[in-house]
Amino acid sequence: MPNIKELNDLTTQVRRDILRMVHKVNSGHPGGSLGCAEFFVSLYNDILETKDGFDMDGIGEDLFFLSNGHISPVYYSVLARAGYFPVEELNTFRLIDSRLQGHPTTHEGLPGIRIASGSLGQGMSVAIGAAQAKKLNNDDHLVYSLHGDGELQEGQNWEAIMYASAKKVDNLISTIDLNQQQIDGSTDDVLPMGSLKAKFEAFGWTVLEIEEGNNVEAVLKGMKDAKALTGQGKPVCVLLHTVMGHGVDFMMHTHAWHGKAPNDEQLENGLAQNPETLGDY
Amino acid sequence: MGIIMKTYTYTEKKDTRSGFGAGLAELGRTNPNVVALCADLIGSLKMDEFIKENPERFFQIGIAEANMMGIAAGLTIGGKIPFTGTFANFSTGRVYDQIRQSIAYSGKNVKVCASHAGITLGEDGATHQILEDIGLMKMLPGMVVINPCDYNQTKAATMAIAEYDGPVYLRFGRPAVPVFTPADQKFEIGKAVQFTEGTDVTIVATGHLVWEALEASKALNEAGISAEVINIHTIKPLDDKAILDSVAKTGCIVTAEEHNYLGGLGESVARVLAEHRPTPQEFVATKDTFGESGTPAQLMDKYGLNSAAIQKAVKKVIARK
Repeated sequence: MPNIKELNDLTTQVRRDILRMVHKVNSGHPGGSLGCAEFFVSLYNDILETKDGFDMDGIGEDLFFLSNGHISPVYYSVLARAGYFPVEELNTFRLIDSRLQGHPTTHEGLPGIRIASGSLGQGMSVAIGAAQAKKLNNDDHLVYSLHGDGELQEGQNWEAIMYASAKKVDNLISTIDLNQQQIDGSTDDVLPMGSLKAKFEAFGWTVLEIEEGNNVEAVLKGMKDAKALTGQGKPVCVLLHTVMGHGVDFMMHTHAWHGKAPNDEQLENGLAQNPETLGDY
Repeated sequence: MGIIMKTYTYTEKKDTRSGFGAGLAELGRTNPNVVALCADLIGSLKMDEFIKENPERFFQIGIAEANMMGIAAGLTIGGKIPFTGTFANFSTGRVYDQIRQSIAYSGKNVKVCASHAGITLGEDGATHQILEDIGLMKMLPGMVVINPCDYNQTKAATMAIAEYDGPVYLRFGRPAVPVFTPADQKFEIGKAVQFTEGTDVTIVATGHLVWEALEASKALNEAGISAEVINIHTIKPLDDKAILDSVAKTGCIVTAEEHNYLGGLGESVARVLAEHRPTPQEFVATKDTFGESGTPAQLMDKYGLNSAAIQKAVKKVIARK
């Protein structure tokens, strides 16, 4: 059983990293990153079974694909703090000659990244391909992916969702970050999507909801439940209810901080709400 | 190493897509990492033999090309070598961003195999006749672009690209066309093949236009014009040296391709010449237009993509020397 306090401390530190990264370069996407901090921390510190070091093929270990690549700050922070690359490298986020590009890429050889993402809607197909490669290789490890809810407006997702159940890709757990916000407003204002649970179920997936997506214990339990549902002939969808901007009060419950960096004063305020735990980079 | 010289002998007519199917079937027998994906066009792509022999290594995606490109990218993670199959239009224009981000920028070892390229697709008309695919694909950093000229070369190219680590666009066609290259050839990516030696003009051709260039050179020879015919099967990376060495001798060049003159082989050749040796050039290609319904022969004639058009371009370019 993981130490929940340690994971909570790590989550708080990750929130500081996110705020400091986007503040430094006055760009990036804090809202979705903050909202997914508990998910990434849980995934990389207790859920994923990974080998030491990093190799692209990832045979004999679980794989994770981030489809909504704009939440790179949380991804980079958690990867660095899980030992994939030096934490100090977070200082180079979005700077020239950096491996930490605005959106994640394999192009600069950053350990932990297996596909470029940023142009939305492509990650589920990639995750399905990797899952099918695992089956061909008789590798019983799992493939995880994360997608924004707004991202599901991209049609390629529905090609992938239809395919995954038809082809019984049951070693795949795709999580949807259900924060109900996108750049132009709430998902209900921009393009209402109805019940995603009903849609995924209608497409033949097993669906599980994590109501408290910003609670580490709830995320751990939900993801373990999801894992138990794999291998039963159906892909598994986790609807992860989160609050965009979680942990920084003025960034919460709004789409305003989807892709905007805090100014100096706002940074100070945000950091004060998330006191240093493991040490800033 | 100098240019590869080849003799050629007409044997029969066969479609280049069947060369792809034969190459893929051979790969199925020799390379356990090769997997194939198709978006509901198995028969058109001639993938039946591979599928029959390796059902576990075939993925029927359905009519969902974007998903197919993403799945192909994912399959490489775990060491597979995916070959995707659909028409050229649906292999490129329809899925440009998927290829750009998930395959090219991500550096994935996917072979995008595209049949029914160009105007010789024929009766289906312009919706299916892509004349822009070479341009789309060659602009992607790191993408290799290959357009073989006959059944044998297509088969050899299909097998060769499995040995190359990186994204490749392989373009071939629908109609039966002359087979004239050797069945046992070794295909070298990026290496031009010279079929005739000449002193008055260089004709650089790709795909179905290579045979037309050879027919043109015969007719030109009878008219006292000595043409050097070079087959550029790999548009990227381009064999700059073969082109420059030849024009150093001939002083003028005609490029011939079943593609728009904007973005095709001709423009790649023009760039090389502009950088190293400005040379008069004429373009046998479609001229910024969509195609239309018709038989392949009618369309090649109407859009100026045959031996007669090449001969006319040769006379024009020689006059510009």
